[in-house]
Order: sequence, then structure tokens, then C-alpha cells
Amino acid sequence: MIEFVRNVRLWFAPAGVRQDGETPDYRFSLANERTFLAWLRTALALIGGGFAVDQFLPDLRWGWRVGLALALLAAGVLCSLRAVNHWVRCERAMRRGEDLPVSRFPALLSLVVAVVAVAMVLVVLVGWEG
Amino acid sequence: MSAADSVPRNPDRDPGLQPERTRLAWRRTTLSGTVSAVLAVKTALHGGASVAGVVACALCCVLWLGFLGVAHRRIRTLSAPGSPAAFAPRHATAAVLCTVAMAVCGAGLVL
Repeated sequence: MIEFVRNVRLWFAPAGVRQDGETPDYRFSLANERTFLAWLRTALALIGGGFAVDQFLPDLRWGWRVGLALALLAAGVLCSLRAVNHWVRCERAMRRGEDLPVSRFPALLSLVVAVVAVAMVLVVLVGWEG
Repeated sequence: MSAADSVPRNPDRDPGLQPERTRLAWRRTTLSGTVSAVLAVKTALHGGASVAGVVACALCCVLWLGFLGVAHRRIRTLSAPGSPAAFAPRHATAAVLCTVAMAVCGAGLVL
């Protein structure tokens, strides 16, 4: 938890990351930046999916529609916050010459997406007219 | 394909085209952001333009412009010759906060 707070402080303090270790080859930093952008695109896609569920499935019952939309929006928020946190951690690990941090987040996100997809299938099969 | 072809003509240019790839990744991300913003505006203005809907719509447009601003600055840095400067955590945070704020705005609209 303390580690997380220190990371959050680094999000806003650009000089903080440069304090420890030495600057890696700029190509590694650019690769890290592209990974960050890919996660941000995933987050934006989840958010867009939340809007799309709300807009393009008007026949669903209110509870299902709003629940799915909010779940997708919340997943988007989590994904984008995790994107910047992981970027900072990777950047610092590269500067210190440590191993890159491992993360359970991809597995978690896959499970959430799978659950939402199954829920959608059930909703379309069972509750379409409801 | 001779050996001479593999030698880059411009010594400043990275043979792996890393700055270009990163620039295009930013471009793709702004496109994703645009799609989300368009869907947000559609949600906001769905079923007549109420005051809350117009405010949410304007907020989403401002957030989209903020994201575009961050992306534009970074794209210009990456387009400059030579090895580009590192990406500042402040800008990463700004881009993420725009995304999060858009999701929060969306949650308000959906409810």
C-alpha cells in the first residue's frame, strides 16, 4: 500500500522518476510508452463499450443495461489507472536495472471481460423481450 | 538487398523506427478516444437536449480536447529529429485523468 502511494506521487512528479538509477536506452522507454498507450486504448475501448451498451441495446431491462454499462465503465477506469501505474513501475525498474514488475492485472481483466461476455450471451438468449 | 542497403542513410534515424511507431501508437489512441467521445456525446444528447445533457456533452468535448493536446505535444516531440525526450509522468497522468473523467461523466449519464 505504501508502495502504491509512492507510485501515485510519482505520477505527478516528473523529476521523481529521474532521481534513481540511470537513463535507459531511449528505445526501451519508447517501447514502455507504447505499452502504456495500448493499455490506454483498451481502457478507452471499454469506456466506449459502456456507452455503446447504454445506447444500442435499448430493448434490455433498465437494470441489466445500466449494470453492464457501469461495469464496463468501471473496468475502463481501473484499466487506465493501472496503465499509468504500471508504466511508472516499469520505467523505474528499467532505470534501476531490476526485473520488470509482474502483474496479475491482465488475468483479472480477461476474467472480467469473459464474465461480461457470458452475461451478454445470457441476456440476449433469455431476457431479450423482458 | 545488398549490405549497403541495411546501413541507414541518416545516422540520426533509428533503424527500428521506434519514434515513428510510438507516434503512430499515439495516433491510434487519439482515434480510440475520439470514438469514445462521439459515443459519449450521443449518449448525452439522446432523447432531447436537457441542461444536464448539454453540460455533460461540453465536459466530454473539453476532456477530449485535453487528451488531444497531450497527444499533439507528444507527437511533435517524437517527430523532431534525433532521439526524442522521455515521456513525462505528468503527461501520462494527464492523459489517464482525461480518460477516467470521461468514464465518470459516462457513469453519470448512464444512471
